[in-house]
Amino acid sequence: MRAVISVVGKDRTGILAKVSGKCFELNANIVDVTQTILEDLFVMVMLAEIDRINCDYQRFVALFTELAEENGLKIHVMNEDIFNAMHRI
Amino acid sequence: MLNIRDILETIHMIDEEHLDIRTVTMGISLLDCTDSDVKKACEKIYDKICRKAENLVKEAELLAEKYGVPIINKRISVTPIALMTAAAADSNDDTLLQYALTMDKAAQSCGVDFIGGYGALVHKGLSAKAKAFLRSIPRALAETEKVCSSVNVGSSKSGINMDAVAIMGEVIHETARLTAGANCIGAAKLVAFCNAVENNPFMAGAFHGVGEGDACINVGVSGPGTVQAALSRHPQADFSQLADIIKRTACKITRVGQLIGEEISQRLDIPFGIVDLSLAPTPARGDSVARILEEMGLPFCGACGTTAALALLNDAVKKGGVMASSRVGGLSGAFIPVTEDAGMIEAAEKGALSIEKLEAMTAVCSVGLDMIVIPGDTRPEVIAAIIADEAAIGMINNKTTAVRLIPAIGKQVGDRLEFGGLLGGGPVMRVSDLSPVDFVRRGGVIPAPIHSLRN
Repeated sequence: MRAVISVVGKDRTGILAKVSGKCFELNANIVDVTQTILEDLFVMVMLAEIDRINCDYQRFVALFTELAEENGLKIHVMNEDIFNAMHRI
Repeated sequence: MLNIRDILETIHMIDEEHLDIRTVTMGISLLDCTDSDVKKACEKIYDKICRKAENLVKEAELLAEKYGVPIINKRISVTPIALMTAAAADSNDDTLLQYALTMDKAAQSCGVDFIGGYGALVHKGLSAKAKAFLRSIPRALAETEKVCSSVNVGSSKSGINMDAVAIMGEVIHETARLTAGANCIGAAKLVAFCNAVENNPFMAGAFHGVGEGDACINVGVSGPGTVQAALSRHPQADFSQLADIIKRTACKITRVGQLIGEEISQRLDIPFGIVDLSLAPTPARGDSVARILEEMGLPFCGACGTTAALALLNDAVKKGGVMASSRVGGLSGAFIPVTEDAGMIEAAEKGALSIEKLEAMTAVCSVGLDMIVIPGDTRPEVIAAIIADEAAIGMINNKTTAVRLIPAIGKQVGDRLEFGGLLGGGPVMRVSDLSPVDFVRRGGVIPAPIHSLRN
């Protein structure tokens, strides 16, 4: 299963490092990353394979929510299929 | 890789514009639970509901987390209970109540929000047992928490059963009276239908039709805020363009419903039924159907032009949604429940929205006169006549119509009734006080229209 990890927040150093570090810590394999600045906001989308993560999915989501709160970011972890369903016909 | 803007659009729809799965409803047939022994029948009903739906809530919550999209309600609908009680050896009030209590207990055990189907299909005739069943509804709703009831009183094929309509006027009033201490909440869980559909996932009217299989999963999507936001980004669009924007938005919303419906039915090993392409409002800010109509340029919902705006919206929602789902059904369209829609509440409070205008709107939208608070002293025959009017619109136009009125016992025009939660609250609306008692008292059946002979 692949999860889309989206990160939105005020641009500053180390955001990508923190999120990718968390992926490494949880054994999620990052397969793609896109980032941009939209209306002064740092926006990053990471696609990660999470079949071999070292915790259950609920814990995985909770840890990213925690990371978001600690760093003043908004992080969503969602299965990629919802985006495929909505935006690809 | 997915487009970053598409991803952000989805997240924005969910976080800011109230896109959600309004309900995942499991329909369960109780036809194999019939028994003349009421105790045995109730045991079978309880066991079957719990067996089928024991994992419904758990799996829905896991899916909500997996996809990051809220699933607001988990519900169960069952075969109309009047079919069960028809087999019962006796049909006194206490006996019939056992069925409602069993449904409630099963709903509590499964952890669902509502269970629908304490209802009857009486559009053509009314047996003595069916009559006794209708009379049992007020107590059933007053003495249970999660049970919802619907009664089909007419259809385009059979006409309108005015005997049933007359009784429903009394039943609605009595239900409100028995639950007067709880803001007349019982009446909010009771609906009279014309052309009721068998796979509707929405309450209060959900039931599992006799033509359905043993069980199925029906999904109701929502997202009026998403449609409103999309329209607000195009203030100069003409009506064709508006329709196009609504279609595209509805398509995206429906795809989410299809995804969730397919996966949950797979996980529960229960066939996927339908996606109901609905715009169902809530009292929350930015989750209103009325605001969509206002976004089109109306000063308030209820102003002249409202019916046309709603017709465009309703049609575009269906057109957009139908391509996005393998099976579409239920009520599919825009709902206009007054107390559940912040824009409608405001319009009613300002006097812009009347019951007469709402009646016109029901000719072009998804259901009918829905969640309208009326004076507590409204006579049952007036309520019956309102049901007859609404059923006539459904019968002639080959569409589902419904009436869910809440007589606010002890309250008058100018007062308010508050339910809280998804049911909201709203002002008591004026109802014509001219008595149609002689009309309602005639009884019999209003014959089916000529087009009922189309075959």
